Amino acid sequence: MSIPAKEFFVLGEVRHGRIHSVSCELAGKARELADSVGGTVSVVLFCDELRDDPETLVKRGADRVLIVQHPTFALYDQEAEIRSLAHLARRYEPEVLLAPATTSGRTTLPAVAALLETGLTADCTGLEMEPGSGLLLQTRPAIGGNVMATIKTPDRRPQMATVRPRTFRVPPEAERSGRVEYPAPPPSCFQSRVQNIGFERAQEGESDIQDRDVVVSGGKGLKRPETFRLLEELAALLGGGVGASRPVVEAKWIGYSHQVGLSGKVVAPKIYFAVGISGAVQHLAGMQTAGLVVAVNRDPEASIFRVADIGLCGDLFEVLPRLNERLRAEVKGR
Amino acid sequence: MGGGPVLVWKGDGAVEERTERKPMRIAVLIKQVPDSDDVRMDPETGTMVREGVGAIVNPLDLNALQAALDLKNDAPGGAEVTVITMGPPKAHEALRECISMGADGGGLLSDRAFAGSDTWATARALAKAVEKTGPYDLVLAGEKATDGETGQVGPEVAVLLDLPFTTYVVRMELADGTATVRRMVEEGVHIQRLPLPCMITVLHALNEPSMPTLAGKKRARRIDIPVLGASDLSMAPEETGLRGSATRVVRISYPTVSRKADMYDEKSLDQGIERLVELLRDQAVI
Repeated sequence: MSIPAKEFFVLGEVRHGRIHSVSCELAGKARELADSVGGTVSVVLFCDELRDDPETLVKRGADRVLIVQHPTFALYDQEAEIRSLAHLARRYEPEVLLAPATTSGRTTLPAVAALLETGLTADCTGLEMEPGSGLLLQTRPAIGGNVMATIKTPDRRPQMATVRPRTFRVPPEAERSGRVEYPAPPPSCFQSRVQNIGFERAQEGESDIQDRDVVVSGGKGLKRPETFRLLEELAALLGGGVGASRPVVEAKWIGYSHQVGLSGKVVAPKIYFAVGISGAVQHLAGMQTAGLVVAVNRDPEASIFRVADIGLCGDLFEVLPRLNERLRAEVKGR
Repeated sequence: MGGGPVLVWKGDGAVEERTERKPMRIAVLIKQVPDSDDVRMDPETGTMVREGVGAIVNPLDLNALQAALDLKNDAPGGAEVTVITMGPPKAHEALRECISMGADGGGLLSDRAFAGSDTWATARALAKAVEKTGPYDLVLAGEKATDGETGQVGPEVAVLLDLPFTTYVVRMELADGTATVRRMVEEGVHIQRLPLPCMITVLHALNEPSMPTLAGKKRARRIDIPVLGASDLSMAPEETGLRGSATRVVRISYPTVSRKADMYDEKSLDQGIERLVELLRDQAVI
């Protein structure tokens, strides 16, 4: 008798008909995990119409793409998604279920975990199969990101985890073969009590700082709200977004959607500028996984320098104009 | 909410028909967390110094509470607000703070059997408490707590109670037995409508929590807050705490601050800027 291969499930994310890149990141990670124990990978998509080719997920590691198409998924419908995903999990009995730690993934997964009576670990930054036991080791930052906790789900299935976008790389495309299937959960799964009324897209420019390659954040050191103009200028030169520390958001110098930190957003851009930010734990927890951190502060003892790669110690009212001027010349020169 | 017309004596023998509204019943789930403003990093080890750190009500839970308090004024029949938490005996303080802000009463789930609960075990106990003290028209909570940062308990409680629910709410309006909400998500604002009873988790932008009042503080000091243990919730020991949890923490590690900054001061600023431009080119940002 052959033992069926262990099934690894990934909840992919489709936004307005497009497959979000986090789906590819997780397909790649699940491939890695499945290969270490001889398992198979299925990516599940809930959508109304799909404008991207699901083959892209096969190239990133999926053996199978399960597409559940229904008009109710034109916008995120948590109740239909939760019921459908729980239905598929009961039918295919995956060992592992991974999902993006986006607003929708973080809404769907806890509910599905509760329905399936199993555990869930949020915002994992490390995932691996434990040699011997074959259990999923789920590592996540705890207590403000200063401690890493490794967590297991020993007895219950599936072993579930969410992962923030950009935690893992999109693997290079590989020539692989896989299939696309259209499972049909029972109609009761789509009888949602939640009614979608509409969606107002954010204006260009106020788009989410979590999706930017460069984030330029300001803190109390800016002294007054008008100083954000210098940061906006720097951000514009680099095609980035503007962030802020909690105190300046609380002082209403800038909107809450810009707040970086434990009580705001967690960002992981290629380049993060912390300008006039001293570096409270609360802020550091929201940016310390950035690729390159540049700190501008007049206090050489500021904690922000301890998590920075480049420290520009000086008066920001002098440093920023000079930096902007230099970058303007650079951008013009090409 | 609602209730049909009732007859009211006007005193002079006349009888007036009036539409009497019952107050809404609202449960707010809160958590006591360490005050992150008090938390400092040990410069040697890069770990968090937790000694002497004060405890506060999780900030987003205060936004949930404020939303409930606003409904006391705005809902046609007013609202009766109950705050519920699970925690050690000291979590009484958190409930008293909520009562001093205007909540009507509270319940504390506290029992040694609850120790070591993961989010699933926590949610099961909270769901039982909501069931036992309910029914409620609305259950509210902050989107996540600043210590655990999982945001899982709210959706788990909702599903265990089979309530329709939504998350990341920055605005909500109640009318005709429904809640219409604006959710702040990655690419914009998502608008949904849910029938009551339902559960909603909220974000900071929803409102500005009010300060405790003097009268509220007096009431909070005197009020009796019932303590519920596992047996009060009809939960067997193996359903609660560590034994009732699906996950196990198997290892804790302390990552040290891994970056070493190249420091430039006013004199070497130009050099620093040139180095930065070089790195920006490497990263293909310029």
